[in-house]
Amino acid sequence: MINKTALEMGQALTKGETSSVALTQAHLDRISSVDSKVKAFLHVDKEGALAQAADVDAKRAKGEKLSPLAGIPLALKDILAQKGVPTTAGSKILQGWCPPYDSTVVAKLKAAGVVIVGKTNMDEFAMGSSTENSGYGPTFNPWDLTRTPGGSSGGSAAAVSSFQTPLAIGSDTGGSIRQPAALTGIVGVRPTYGAVSRYGLIAYSSSLDQAGPFGRTVLDTALLHEVIAGHDAHDATSINAAVPTVVAAAKSGDVKGLKIGVIKQLQGEGYQKGVQTRFDESLKLLASLGAEIVEVDCPNFEYALAAYYLIAPSEASSNLARFDAMRYGLRVGDKDGASAEAVMNITRDAGFGREVKRRIILGTYALSSGYYDAYYGSAQKIRTLIIEDYAKAFAKADVLVSPTAPTTAYKIGEKVDDPMAMYLGDVATIPVNLAGICGMSLPAGLAEEDGLPVGFQIMAPAMQDQRLYQVGAALEAALISKWGAPILSKVPSLGGAV
Amino acid sequence: MSSLSRDDVAKLAGLARIEMTEDELVELSSQFGMILDAVARVQEVNLDGVKPTSHPQPMLNITRPDVVEPSLSPEDALSGAPAQEDSRFRVPQILGEAE
Repeated sequence: MINKTALEMGQALTKGETSSVALTQAHLDRISSVDSKVKAFLHVDKEGALAQAADVDAKRAKGEKLSPLAGIPLALKDILAQKGVPTTAGSKILQGWCPPYDSTVVAKLKAAGVVIVGKTNMDEFAMGSSTENSGYGPTFNPWDLTRTPGGSSGGSAAAVSSFQTPLAIGSDTGGSIRQPAALTGIVGVRPTYGAVSRYGLIAYSSSLDQAGPFGRTVLDTALLHEVIAGHDAHDATSINAAVPTVVAAAKSGDVKGLKIGVIKQLQGEGYQKGVQTRFDESLKLLASLGAEIVEVDCPNFEYALAAYYLIAPSEASSNLARFDAMRYGLRVGDKDGASAEAVMNITRDAGFGREVKRRIILGTYALSSGYYDAYYGSAQKIRTLIIEDYAKAFAKADVLVSPTAPTTAYKIGEKVDDPMAMYLGDVATIPVNLAGICGMSLPAGLAEEDGLPVGFQIMAPAMQDQRLYQVGAALEAALISKWGAPILSKVPSLGGAV
Repeated sequence: MSSLSRDDVAKLAGLARIEMTEDELVELSSQFGMILDAVARVQEVNLDGVKPTSHPQPMLNITRPDVVEPSLSPEDALSGAPAQEDSRFRVPQILGEAE
């Protein structure tokens, strides 16, 4: 049962072939048997999940109308507040904290009857691309346990790709949904900025952060997208408009006559050979389905990475000021008449990890008087130029495409001491965040040289998220018919029964 | 090549309220030059007349009618407090030395 799609699980529940309690228990068993190797979860809420599942079963027995995902297990990135359940954002500074309220994403999942089985590992405060910056140790890639699953939503991606749950939620500030989806062979979507409420999403960089869905198929991902999206008065940046019809788009998957723009700057040099090969193959498939392929020029994308690593740390240095040891979270050194400031200083040193401190200091520098205009101010102007590059490109094409990440999954420890090498892995995903538009990564096959998954990225204008699913569904169907089976049929079983 | 001395990093850490160890200060100052060179690329572009973007969606202030709505109870708000007293957060002293 656990290797089915969420859609199939939902159909089995509707027909009464299984119950949500049985389905949830099967996934909890899978977690027990493989997560000691993968380490996707920071916290498994066995009792809460089974209670939620029993509740859905009772409602179904009474004949209540339920959502298509009611009773289906899901893994939640530990950056989202869930009432009464430990929420750490991967940081020691929040160890043991249980939020007194639900984030809007969690409230919507609960309302739809989705069963939240646990909280997943992540780079501390979502700062990282490999999940190695977690305060609780790394997550391992189910395709090769010596490699990272990407990040920062690495735990969520690893949970879905190792069949511990069919669905997961991540967050994407510079590629943190799309890049781990690419590195683990699953589908991940970063919705348009403002399409999914940020209320209860622990803030890293508020103008870039966005929660979004992971699934093993484009349609499953669309079903989850529709559950979590929508206007929320609790988030002042939430878009007050109808949710794009992503499920209908995922069911249609017709690309005839659609114009697909290949971004000149996001391919070629710096991209692993096997990544480029799979990308080119997917393009040909889309052309064979009737799409028109055009090349587009986005000259300012060259500066996106530099702009991102000024804007995000600047916002982070301000956002993370809230971890002050006073109202919640860790407090260290509160003794012998120590001042509040001394306690704050000691606590923040003890509670934050290396990468978080690096980014807070970089942000503090970029915002300090005398440097503000040269760094943060310039980065904000580059952001404008990137938005203009996209506007010109979308005038020529309905969607834009690129490889999701320049390489396949790298070894644990390979880049952890070289921050710049790590940052370069985000080069293809970051422009989407700076412009506030939407993007999807879906599996394009395995790289010939290492047998590891490659991601194909699709980008669409703000609030045109349905185009991602339309193109994604078409490519997915063509690829699976070429391969004869979904890519995850090749993932190692990890010793557990699937 | 940009650089930031150990003392520069110490000053920034002070502003950010992080009491870093000597090892951390030295490590960060050794990495900073490379990171600053990379991000300084934003200065290579001619930005004359370009407006800054602080936020991807053009939005005005969002308001709602001034009506009291339910919010967290004091118990819930205090549920994660490191220390509390009389339904309030207890914090270390914020003014001057202890008596």
